[in-house]
Amino acid sequence: MNAQPLDATGRADGIVLSIEDLEVTFATDAGQVPAVRKVGFEVSAGEVVAVVGESGSGKSVTARTILGLLAETATARGAVLLNGSNMLTLSARELRAMRGDDVSMVFQEPSTALNPVYTVGWQIIEGLRAHGKVSKKEAKARAIEVLRKVGIPEPEKRVNYYPHQFSGGQKQRVVIAAALALNPALIVADEPTTALDVTVQAEILELLREVRDDFNTGIVLITHNMGVVADLADRVVVMYQGKIVETAPSVELFANPREEYTQALLAAVPHLGRNSASAGMSERSGQEQEVLVEATDLNITFPGRLGSPSFTAVDGVSLQICAGEVYGLVGESGSGKTTIGRAIAGLNRVSSGSLKVLGHEMLGFKERSFKKVRQDIGFVFQDPAASFNPQLSVGECVAEPLYVHTSLEPRAARKKVEELLEAVQLPAAFAARFPHELSGGQRQRASLARALALDPKLLIADEPTSALDVSVQAKVLELFKELQAELGFAALFISHDLAVVDMLSTWVGVLYRGKLVEEGIGNQVMGDPQHPYTRRLIASLPVPDPVEQAIRREAFLKTLS
Amino acid sequence: MSTSIVSTPRAGKPLWQRLPIISHYRMSAGLQRGMLVAGLVLTCIFVLAAALAPLIAPYGHAQISDASGNFPTQAPPGGRFLWGTTVGGFDVFSRTLWGAQTAFAVIVIAVAFSIFLGVILGLVSGYLGGWLDRIMVVLADAIYAFPSLLLAIVMSIVISQGQSSLWGGVMAAAISITVVFIPQYFRVIRAETVRLKAEPFVESAKVVGASSGRIMFKHIFRNATRTLPLIFTLNASEALLTLAGLGFLGFGIEPTAASEWGFDLNRAMSDATSGIWWTGVFPGAAIVLTVLGLTLVGESMNDLADPRLRLRRKAKNRGGKATA
Repeated sequence: MNAQPLDATGRADGIVLSIEDLEVTFATDAGQVPAVRKVGFEVSAGEVVAVVGESGSGKSVTARTILGLLAETATARGAVLLNGSNMLTLSARELRAMRGDDVSMVFQEPSTALNPVYTVGWQIIEGLRAHGKVSKKEAKARAIEVLRKVGIPEPEKRVNYYPHQFSGGQKQRVVIAAALALNPALIVADEPTTALDVTVQAEILELLREVRDDFNTGIVLITHNMGVVADLADRVVVMYQGKIVETAPSVELFANPREEYTQALLAAVPHLGRNSASAGMSERSGQEQEVLVEATDLNITFPGRLGSPSFTAVDGVSLQICAGEVYGLVGESGSGKTTIGRAIAGLNRVSSGSLKVLGHEMLGFKERSFKKVRQDIGFVFQDPAASFNPQLSVGECVAEPLYVHTSLEPRAARKKVEELLEAVQLPAAFAARFPHELSGGQRQRASLARALALDPKLLIADEPTSALDVSVQAKVLELFKELQAELGFAALFISHDLAVVDMLSTWVGVLYRGKLVEEGIGNQVMGDPQHPYTRRLIASLPVPDPVEQAIRREAFLKTLS
Repeated sequence: MSTSIVSTPRAGKPLWQRLPIISHYRMSAGLQRGMLVAGLVLTCIFVLAAALAPLIAPYGHAQISDASGNFPTQAPPGGRFLWGTTVGGFDVFSRTLWGAQTAFAVIVIAVAFSIFLGVILGLVSGYLGGWLDRIMVVLADAIYAFPSLLLAIVMSIVISQGQSSLWGGVMAAAISITVVFIPQYFRVIRAETVRLKAEPFVESAKVVGASSGRIMFKHIFRNATRTLPLIFTLNASEALLTLAGLGFLGFGIEPTAASEWGFDLNRAMSDATSGIWWTGVFPGAAIVLTVLGLTLVGESMNDLADPRLRLRRKAKNRGGKATA
């Protein structure tokens, strides 16, 4: 084995990847669908090029073309030159030789990118030995070395661990280690941090930055998160509907976007500290109003499997939501925020403590006695695609609460549905359509219409915009804000995105591992966090501004060390 | 973007184009289309034979004589008896055609019964859960543990009790097949129900306050039954095999009540050693071809329903000609 197999020495500077006039078309049931049209850009060694765009913009298809990983139904034209060879014309065997050696990929979901029945070491060694250069022993030594490089503690021991023994962030580190093992000239990272929590995201971004600096690797970063772009990218390629809209150095793009689309996209990105709903407030408002939700020492536990202890999702939480108030609940995945929302809606059972919803005690609740209360509660689910019955029309779905709780005539119900759709800025004709015929944003509006059908006192919104693109998210949030001001319902707004919560809610609670660690007025929690966890959470959030983000990053790294 | 609407090709098509087999045919290509067409042709021949048996068959299923006297026994194919006659003097051609009618009736009744019961039990058991679900699953597993033919034999003895009338025999065969098939439908629908129960749209119906019955039949039912046409065709062929197996073992329908391929095969066993091939080959071929046809339809529907398995007409220039 080489003394410094992973050193950047010997890597020539210059262009690693050059895409020219790339066109990708998919054969579907509806005929030929172009996904990428005339796309071209270059990546140099040691450069991070971010490809940003909304869903359906062709960014992931472009990334997969670089590795020659296209679906069978796709046809690609043009040229993808990687170190001088065109990935589109190579045979399957030549492609295999290129993958890993010259280019490798970091996937979005680390838990599915690793094979659960093999140790992580085996998976890295497998990649090394596939290229047939090393003995088993050398390969193992190299696997340990890359694991150390990506910051896995005790790599000698952990090389023999299985993927489930690592946390999500560590798994992504392992995936990056596997990508680095053969020291490729280019790494394609497809949404590498989307499945991770913000605090972990910040660490992975730091790791990718180190990879670029230490190994002089070119990185193609596919993402929809402008904060991530601002944090890591040197150059940005903005894609829209399969075409490149704009290519510019990162600092320049954020400071002066040239194209209209880029300007609109950047304007739609929520920015922590701007547009706060609680701007100028100094105390909690609306306390004299009726208390709709009151939790005292709320505990929710899920029974463990035989022999394993039960899992406490919510641990001694006390909170209060008054009429007309928007309560924002933030936390990372597994913090129990969704469980609280579901308990209020009667979808989860309360284990101990007390939870009063509109005067009804939820501890040991009976569906029959709670049913009357349900008409005063609306619920907006996270995934608009899954929260509508695919077999019913949008009108029927929106009319469901009317049908269950009122005895409206079909004609009156239809009229009410049309009014509701108009209230959420959808054409009344959409009532006849099926959910799959609507876009994500339209579905989420319809979902809002359904939640508001009976004019509820309380609306629970569980991550209502996290499945939407930024520009759509901005519109849905705007609509939510308007409707709330107009109808005056109280809302529990659950989200992992601090900036979004700050835009909507006046009073914010921060959850960490089932405990409510901090509560306060939105701008005070965001501006002057008291609890160390909140501080870390806010510091790790990348802001969509490269200059400001560079300063924030320094501060964040200081808190880590 | 929020304003552009992606309409899928499903919307706006006339109803007949969305019917199961027709929509499958329209999106098929290449070998898969060939398989589907071959299956459909065989199935159509079977259905036509069943429907037109009274018109096509020269003799009745139990006829051994006509105006010109008794039929010859074990006559080779040709002349008045297209496919020859059996040891009892039955015309093989007529009996094979009439057999299609019996098989068709048994398949339809058996599959209809088992779908009806299996779907309801699966929905209720999957959605309500609890002890009811546990008991049902154990029962279904217990039925699974029996060899299906043995169970069908026991059921046919219990049900028919030596009856030999046409409908008595058909119902006995159909119900015994039903008992064997209910666990299959039950399992499929229950598994789908359990999966759909956790879907947000079912939870949203729950949050709205819809009753359990409404959730089961309005929200889950239509989503859980999309795979049924598929199991239906695959099970139809299995039902036919079970019927033939029952007949072969002598638990089917009396030859005087109706014609049945399995029974005819049984009678043809002793003929085979003495070189009389026609009594066995024709009913046997009828069973094989019908099962093949139904299975081909079922399997190709299965492949076509899955977008990952579905072949599509390729775009020209696959793999890409590089311009650089």
